[in-house]
Amino acid sequence: MTEPVLSLRGISKRYGPLQVLKNVSLDVHPGEVVALLGENGAGKSTLSGIIAGSRMPSEGSMTWLGQPYAPATPREAIDKGVVLIHQELQLLPQLSIAENVFIGRWPMKNGVVDRKQMVRRAQEQLSRLNLHIPASRKVAGLSTASQQLIEIAKALALNAKLLILDEPTAALGGAETEALFEQVRKLRSEGVGIIYISHRMDEIKRITDRIVVLRDGERVQEFADSATPVRTIVESMVGRSLDRLFPALPQPTDRPVLQVSGLTSAEDSFRNVTFDVHAGEILGIAGLIGAGRTELVRAISGADPISAGTIRLEGEELKLRSPKDAIAKGIVMVPEDRKDQGLVVEHRIGENIIYANLDKLAGKWISSRAKRSFAEKAVAKFGVKGRAEQHASDLSGGNQQKVVIAKWLMRDPKVVVLDEPTRGIDVGARAGIYDIIVNLAKQGVAVIVVSSDLEEVLGVSNRIMVLAQGNQAGILSRDEANDVSVMELATI
Amino acid sequence: MVALDINEQSRPSRVWLSKLTGATGPLVGLLVLCIFLSISTDAFLSLRNGLNILDQITVLGIMAVGMTFVILIGGIDLSVGSVLALSMMVMGWTANIAGMPMPLAVVFALAASAVSGLLVGLLVTMFRVPAFIATLAMMSAARGVANMITDGQQIVGFPDWFTMLAIDRHFGILTATVFLMLAVVLAAWVFLHFRAEGRMLYAVGGNPEVARLAGINTQVVTIAVYVVSAVLAGLAGIVLAARLDSVQPSSGFGYELDTIAAVVIGGTSLSGGAGGIGGTLIGVLIIGVLRNGLNLLNVSPFLQQVIIGVVIVLAVGAETIRRRRA
Repeated sequence: MTEPVLSLRGISKRYGPLQVLKNVSLDVHPGEVVALLGENGAGKSTLSGIIAGSRMPSEGSMTWLGQPYAPATPREAIDKGVVLIHQELQLLPQLSIAENVFIGRWPMKNGVVDRKQMVRRAQEQLSRLNLHIPASRKVAGLSTASQQLIEIAKALALNAKLLILDEPTAALGGAETEALFEQVRKLRSEGVGIIYISHRMDEIKRITDRIVVLRDGERVQEFADSATPVRTIVESMVGRSLDRLFPALPQPTDRPVLQVSGLTSAEDSFRNVTFDVHAGEILGIAGLIGAGRTELVRAISGADPISAGTIRLEGEELKLRSPKDAIAKGIVMVPEDRKDQGLVVEHRIGENIIYANLDKLAGKWISSRAKRSFAEKAVAKFGVKGRAEQHASDLSGGNQQKVVIAKWLMRDPKVVVLDEPTRGIDVGARAGIYDIIVNLAKQGVAVIVVSSDLEEVLGVSNRIMVLAQGNQAGILSRDEANDVSVMELATI
Repeated sequence: MVALDINEQSRPSRVWLSKLTGATGPLVGLLVLCIFLSISTDAFLSLRNGLNILDQITVLGIMAVGMTFVILIGGIDLSVGSVLALSMMVMGWTANIAGMPMPLAVVFALAASAVSGLLVGLLVTMFRVPAFIATLAMMSAARGVANMITDGQQIVGFPDWFTMLAIDRHFGILTATVFLMLAVVLAAWVFLHFRAEGRMLYAVGGNPEVARLAGINTQVVTIAVYVVSAVLAGLAGIVLAARLDSVQPSSGFGYELDTIAAVVIGGTSLSGGAGGIGGTLIGVLIIGVLRNGLNLLNVSPFLQQVIIGVVIVLAVGAETIRRRRA
């Protein structure tokens, strides 16, 4: 075996009395993809922060290509060739790709930025990644997938020997994920070491050579065999045996609640979509990124305009001009972006729950006590681990999502739409969200779940509708649906 | 967990205070300022001077309430000074040149203000003009109209009962104008705390997309807020007219900056969604007490401006640091 590019020995990290990393050792060899796996709070980001120089370890040592390595700043790490690519992309949208790639280290000539050279060298990196976009183009307007690749191009331009990818596929669909994987494999064959952080088990098993599991700041296990069952890996992550991830689905009734017919987006993001959702039924919507799934459910929830087609609720045709209209009729949405659309994260949990119910209180006096008891009721009812007066930003992703769901469920909705309900939520907390979804169906609510996670759509839906490039590719029953049949339709 | 419990128990004594003010830091600042001035000057600590300060802050206080609403929803209103002048000139013209009764003149003045607020609100919502630009345009336009009404001339002399509103101290304490300001402040506080419509301002300011998806009509909220801000600026103009017994189109020049300063000193966040009326009242009092005290100390008006600038930075800086720690 080759010499490791990076070795960690006995790394610990304490914040005051809180120990977030305990005695972690890790080797990364050139041309190897190591998965770093763990629940939220297991210490993955702290560890990657230490490697990338944004945090200092309390104990332990690192070596880089045989030399002692202790970066005090990200800059130092980057100079050595360690680049961390964050989950949230850090590109400047109004600047060109080339400028983003060389930001902070513009190629100079005679004391001025050599734009020609900059564009040329950026283009080289892009073509190395099979990305055929002019490097002089602005970043704004590019797909998330392309932006992700530009981040990687940026790392390559810095001559990275170790890449840390933090949830690189969180915002990618199937085809984009494939494209990314192809590039990851190519980098691996060029001898770049890669640390890959993700929640998606199937991806990890496909792309990584080894899986290192962290739990509560400790390295608990390593799996080198790609045949290890997912369940074994997940159990090692959560530290207990999982009886089940998805609850048993109830039998839907034959009473249609929501009837959508010939629905077409005003922005042409989907066309001529027709389906029913029955009381007590969970309809999954699958498809690649850009297939129009989010746009479709936003239109049903009154958030985006339509140009043709009808939406009927219990037989009554709806004319939705705003989310307010949809909510008044009983159609509520848990949006895909929790932090930007679901919650005011700086505000208290109680306030956030109240915001969805203000119309009921409008024109009336509301006392602080009534407000608090209302919120506390919602918090208790949905098993949110937190108190009404806590700020939403203090909660974990899973608990934040429960708040977003809870704020709607106090209204007894008829249709609940959940867009990517478990994005960025760790496996342990997911089961809780699935329980809530299935319970809704049991109470006779018509539920729509949009998800890029195939396992999730398959596990939680009575029927699955697949969209491909804005067209309805088909509706599969639970018996017909499996990952192959869904992907076939999605890639039509 | 133990630490949490202790926190819970030590809270109640402070809770009502912070609820009332929304910002304990500025309150401490105000108290320190008052103690300092009481020691360093003879004239500061007296009922008479206290009532003077109240008289001096009525115009700023009324405008700052409207500005608090605007800043809470994440907006800004640069037009309040000009709308104040517009309101004054409309009132003066209606009463003294057109010869109509004073109450009707007041109604016209407020109506003119409301129209300018409505225009700003429509620009911001329907045409998506940034609030800074829309109110900057209104600041220029309203000032222009105010000048056009009398071709830049002032109008002097209103009925005695009108000017007495700002002079006559009922029960030996409050003038009608001070009472009006306190009533506006109280009403605004109650509105923000106990009405669903008040909570909507926080939701819209916290994140407009979250608010919209939660079924709040953000456009109506935004338009209403700019109308209220303009009407309160117009009301402040009427109070100023009563105090001066005259109206002139150059009135209220630069008031928008004082108003924004008062709101920001009071701890309302310029990014929206956080703050409140209690803090604004304290911000207004800090500016009022500071001006009064610096005059008593014979500090030159130019130096006063520098000091107020320093106070704004201190207040906002302290608040930012406090929040980061919390």
